[in-house]
Amino acid sequence: MTEPSASPRPIRVSVNGVDHERTVEPRLLLSDFLRHDLGLTGTHVGCEHGVCGACTVAFDDQPVRSCLMFAVQADGHRIGTIEGMADGETLHPLQMAFWELSGLQCGFCTPGFLITARDFLARNPDPSEPEVREALSGNLCRCTGYQSIVAAVLEAARRLRQAPPARFGKS
Amino acid sequence: MNVRDFRHIGKEMAERPELRRFLSGQGRYIDDFALPHMLHAAVLRSPYAHAELRSLATAEARALPGVAGIFTAADLGPAPQPIPVRLNPYATLDPYLQYPLAAGRIRYVGEPLALVVAASRAIAEDAAALIAIKATELPAATDALADPPAALFPEAADNIACRFTDGFGDLGEAMQEAEEIVEFAFHTGRHSAVPLEARGLLAAFDPGRRRLDVFGFTKVPHFNRAVLARMLGLPERSLNIVVPDVGGGFGVRGEFYPEDFLIPFAAMRLGRPVKWIEDRLEHLMAANHSREQHYAMRLGLTRAGRLLGLEVQLVNDMGAYMRTHGVIVPELSAGMLPGPYRFTAYRCDVRAVMTNKTPTGTYRGPGRFECNAARERLLDVAAARIGIDPAEIRRRNFIPPDAMPYRLGTRALGEEVIYDSGDYPAALADVLARSGYKADRHAAPAGGPRRGFGIGCFVEKTGKGPYEGARVALDPSGVIEVATGATSLGQGLETMLAKVVAEAVFQAPERILVRSGETGLLQFGGGSFASRATVLAGNAAWQAAQELAGRLISAAAGRLGTTAGNLHLVPGAVAAADGNTLTLSELAHGADPLGPELAVTVYFPTPHMAYAHGAVVASVEVDPALGRVLPLRLWVSYDVGTVINPDIVGAQIEGGAAQAIGGALLEAFVYDSAGQLQNGSLADYLLPVADFVPPISHHDLGRSPSPLNPLGVKGAGEAGLVGVGAALANAVADALGLPAAVDRLPMTPERVWRWAQAVRAAA
Repeated sequence: MTEPSASPRPIRVSVNGVDHERTVEPRLLLSDFLRHDLGLTGTHVGCEHGVCGACTVAFDDQPVRSCLMFAVQADGHRIGTIEGMADGETLHPLQMAFWELSGLQCGFCTPGFLITARDFLARNPDPSEPEVREALSGNLCRCTGYQSIVAAVLEAARRLRQAPPARFGKS
Repeated sequence: MNVRDFRHIGKEMAERPELRRFLSGQGRYIDDFALPHMLHAAVLRSPYAHAELRSLATAEARALPGVAGIFTAADLGPAPQPIPVRLNPYATLDPYLQYPLAAGRIRYVGEPLALVVAASRAIAEDAAALIAIKATELPAATDALADPPAALFPEAADNIACRFTDGFGDLGEAMQEAEEIVEFAFHTGRHSAVPLEARGLLAAFDPGRRRLDVFGFTKVPHFNRAVLARMLGLPERSLNIVVPDVGGGFGVRGEFYPEDFLIPFAAMRLGRPVKWIEDRLEHLMAANHSREQHYAMRLGLTRAGRLLGLEVQLVNDMGAYMRTHGVIVPELSAGMLPGPYRFTAYRCDVRAVMTNKTPTGTYRGPGRFECNAARERLLDVAAARIGIDPAEIRRRNFIPPDAMPYRLGTRALGEEVIYDSGDYPAALADVLARSGYKADRHAAPAGGPRRGFGIGCFVEKTGKGPYEGARVALDPSGVIEVATGATSLGQGLETMLAKVVAEAVFQAPERILVRSGETGLLQFGGGSFASRATVLAGNAAWQAAQELAGRLISAAAGRLGTTAGNLHLVPGAVAAADGNTLTLSELAHGADPLGPELAVTVYFPTPHMAYAHGAVVASVEVDPALGRVLPLRLWVSYDVGTVINPDIVGAQIEGGAAQAIGGALLEAFVYDSAGQLQNGSLADYLLPVADFVPPISHHDLGRSPSPLNPLGVKGAGEAGLVGVGAALANAVADALGLPAAVDRLPMTPERVWRWAQAVRAAA
């Protein structure tokens, strides 16, 4: 067993289909790595203790709190962020439904909701409203009161059942 | 122009352009900004609620590699200045103002003691942890109703910073006439906005040009620029303020806080850009708290339920310092407490009491979430006393629509309270009909969880003056630019202004470029608070755009060799009756620099606020065995005058309602007797989540435009919040079957369980 060390370590991470090689401090959070080392500032940090869900990213296609992981833990893994959700200029059906139904106000929590909902709808393509509310209950929004977010996810589900989802970024 | 003729105002605007950037991670919030050679700051905060600071030993911290500077109160110069009060400043509040860093006395947990600046935030935090704080602890004052264990401000007479009285009529006479006297005490818990994004600031100083760039001010950038310039000894125009996207404001973000001085100060001292991003624990103990009020009420009424006299003792827990709002929160409570009802006489005696807790300020619906809950609970208790339905006591006492405008007799935000328009009985009738208030009441099966319905009626002040400005200009591209001193806090300002200007200049809203917040855009600016942006900036933009439309036509008339009467604006151009056109871009490029400017600035003033109103019904399920309250549904009927964008107004109603659910059922900052904050994380301070917030059904009555402004608008930013706490409290009391039981918010499981025990004991 090797000694724990604070010295920087090289990592290789695929983010939205693009490989990145960096050398990082072991204590660097994955959220800070994405935001400040890679400049992908769409992933937001609302609490840094895993409650608010604003920093949610897809980690090997599973939604995780990037503020509760270290960047070194992402070594060799695939990350999907909000920047990789649209297909070029074409928004993902979830993004489109959030836009049309105003499922956002200030926009700070929005990336986390979109990443969470994307995974949820992949697993449950035809959810009931209570199921949507339960699935989103790990993400905090302080502006909307959730009504328009829930409506947007239900609408996106309807559309996604008619057209299959794309992968993050280049696939 | 008749309201019915509007092409954009009042119509839905799908796919609002301002939202597009947030959907793909292109919003630009403060932590998304970076500058070359930037340093990072951490604030060393007090672990003591009340103490005499002896020394800060910083040598070890300064020696840590990567540390660029450490600033304590002694480093701020021989005559540091306190942060001034922004709204209704009184000289008597001066002794209670906060300085950027504590010197001598420490008065709350989280008070800034030193600023540490380093190559990274991690190093800055490491260094802050190496600073040894030597202090002598003092007993903490944590209860505004108790005798204080110590004086917080030795130079002041006592811990009561301010006493004042509001009211009208002859209270003694009214109480004499009363056939019933109802006494009731009510308390609202300390909580706050808790926006999803905490605060932050980035400052950079160019010593050669003596120019200071500040990224991160919001809400009131012009005021904050003036304060910062004065504190730093710079001309205001040397400061360039950049307002970023903001992750929620709600009154708390954007006021001038200690860090708003410290970060620019450090950037000037160190000659490098300095950035500070607040973490969540800091935010919960450093940003303004609000709402902690105690009401002792005495109501005189007739046996027929006619309200006569209302006498109130109101204590507002101010926390450790007077912040930028001074005492406007209890002023608003005292001024708005009568709500939509007629009283013969009213008196509210207010005490603003300092305690060793985080200083307080405004949070969306300040003073009204509290006073509406207190008054509406009191009415339910009174209705039960005389044996009439809660809806009936309200019906018998509403100020009738034909009494408008109605001079209430109180003051709020430094002006007389004069309700401008409104049909209060109609709002209640509407919400009762929509909610099935009578039909479904107490429909739950016996023995299990109990159901209750509660009403909350409200009048809501909006559109606080004195003014806001807008500049509407033709861009060479043919786009119309509108700039304002109001700021976007995620509330839909850009859509609102785009639609108002589009309406006046006959262009598509997509061809309107909205710029807001930056201090360079207009010389003066008020900002976004008190539900004022649509009322003031909206009407300023409306008037400026109408004037610009006239100028565009006049300018085109000369170019097309015709008269203005033959011309009209069409999308992208000025068109003549003969079919000849001149595009707006051609018009801009050929404009005579010596002729009338194709830009108009208007400052729209208002001497009086506009008053929105509404009524709420809440339906809840209460489990007496567990003390658990589940909100089942909310109905809100409201009137905010002319609506610019129904979707945005509806969203404000829903979002406000959800925040009130938090304040009524979940949210409270808990302190122990030593003044230590017990719940400094979002795992302990509970916010409403998607499966707790019930369906919110809302209806715009749309029958009471404001007579005070050309658009007839009233603000909608706070209307969704201010009646919901009242309705939920009444619903829980209704479910428990003991009207007087519910005497405080939030209605936590422990409290509800105790109330249920009291109900059982009474039975």
